[in-house]
Amino acid sequence: MTAESSSEVATVVRVRIPSPLRSYTGAREVDVAVPVLAPELPPTVGGVLASIDGAYPGLRFRMIDEQGHVRPHIRLFVGNVATRDLATPIARGEVLMIVAALSGG
Amino acid sequence: MARSSAAGRKAPARQARLLIATRKGLWTLTSDAARNGWTLAGPQFLGHIVHHAIADPREPRVHLAAARTGHLGPTIFRSQDNGRTWKEATRPPAFAHGSERVVDHTFWLTPGHADERGVFYAGTSPQGLFRSNDGGATWESIDGFNSHPQRKAWCGGDQDGTPDGPKLHSILIDPRDPKHIYIGMSSGGVFESFDGGADWRPLNRGVRADFLPDPAPDYGHDPHCVRFAAGNPDRLYQQNHCGIYRLDRPGETWQEIGVSMPKSVGSVGLPLAVHPRDPESLWVLPMDGTTVWPRTSPGGRPAVYRSRDGGKTWKRQDNGFPRSQAWWTVKRQAMTTDFRDPTGVYFGTTSGEVWGSRDEGRSFRCLARHLPHVYAIEAAA
Repeated sequence: MTAESSSEVATVVRVRIPSPLRSYTGAREVDVAVPVLAPELPPTVGGVLASIDGAYPGLRFRMIDEQGHVRPHIRLFVGNVATRDLATPIARGEVLMIVAALSGG
Repeated sequence: MARSSAAGRKAPARQARLLIATRKGLWTLTSDAARNGWTLAGPQFLGHIVHHAIADPREPRVHLAAARTGHLGPTIFRSQDNGRTWKEATRPPAFAHGSERVVDHTFWLTPGHADERGVFYAGTSPQGLFRSNDGGATWESIDGFNSHPQRKAWCGGDQDGTPDGPKLHSILIDPRDPKHIYIGMSSGGVFESFDGGADWRPLNRGVRADFLPDPAPDYGHDPHCVRFAAGNPDRLYQQNHCGIYRLDRPGETWQEIGVSMPKSVGSVGLPLAVHPRDPESLWVLPMDGTTVWPRTSPGGRPAVYRSRDGGKTWKRQDNGFPRSQAWWTVKRQAMTTDFRDPTGVYFGTTSGEVWGSRDEGRSFRCLARHLPHVYAIEAAA
């Protein structure tokens, strides 16, 4: 899942999109190309969300507040592991799943 | 009752049109020329919490809506075709990175001065003030307020204030001077700027704050809704947590005008609406502010009260309302007037009903029911 060009290297990460955010993507899953700054530095959750916002402007701010924190009712999973840390690395082949968890009426 | 209609229609010139922002989306009510028949259209943004939706009096086809959902962050939607299609702001209101403050929702929208097309102001929860110069596409912090060294003293902490979060509301632009701006804050009080928002000062003298240790502080008050009198920006009316007030500039001391309300009804409420042409005429909608503050129609017998003499006297208007067991709550943005003569008076309840009068409050009837919790009603020009 690595794409190369003459000037840059990018890793493609698959992201699962919850229904409240599909007005942006129009799809349940999207593949996001994340620039790879160095071979030893895997993409992070934050990098994936920055890239997805480039493709679907406005989506990131609905999930991440202006201080860089995951909003209270958003959950993120890298593979099967929940994280709220945008620095969490994403290994090749892993999927980032976004969950929008709403409760009450 | 209104008929249901899925699509917006081209409006006859003399119809009235209401934008109804609710906890679950945006609806419109459009009247016939006589304001007798009303057509309900919507929803748009179904499932979104729409705190406020406005039509721009400078360009009536331009609408703005402040929205979020339970799980997604706050944003602004803009329409340039009378609400048929909407685009999201590319940079919604947000505090500066590193400020440790987060906009929970945009609560209030106000068009800028008549000479400043494309300018809008937004008030947020917690209290923040933002400006757009491009029709609502991008929003900038007004740092003169958001970073003011006194801001925290004025507002308290972001966890203080009203149950749904402290709010900046009632942004009033002086029609004679775009740099002269008033704001209201719950909590915080009324503040004034003479330089377009670069600096601010409290303007609360005469207003009670009897929930504080010092009942007459410089700030820390709880204005619920502040409006200019029609055609007279030197007069402001205020529905406050502690009564109803009026301020005549250049004076700086508010006069309590709710004292002449019936004692059994009181002078607590959230909204206040003004007549579009008569500066002496205003409406309030009292709610129960006793004991634990039910904030429902006193005694379960709803009424609006109108003054035609700047608040010296009040007249009960309840023709058409239920006579008992009606426990309405009406939020601060959920009462307005239209631009017709005689003016229409409208309000929406948290139980999803919209009521209207086409004869300045002499008689009311229910225009829509079964809607979600109504947050705001605005008339489109």
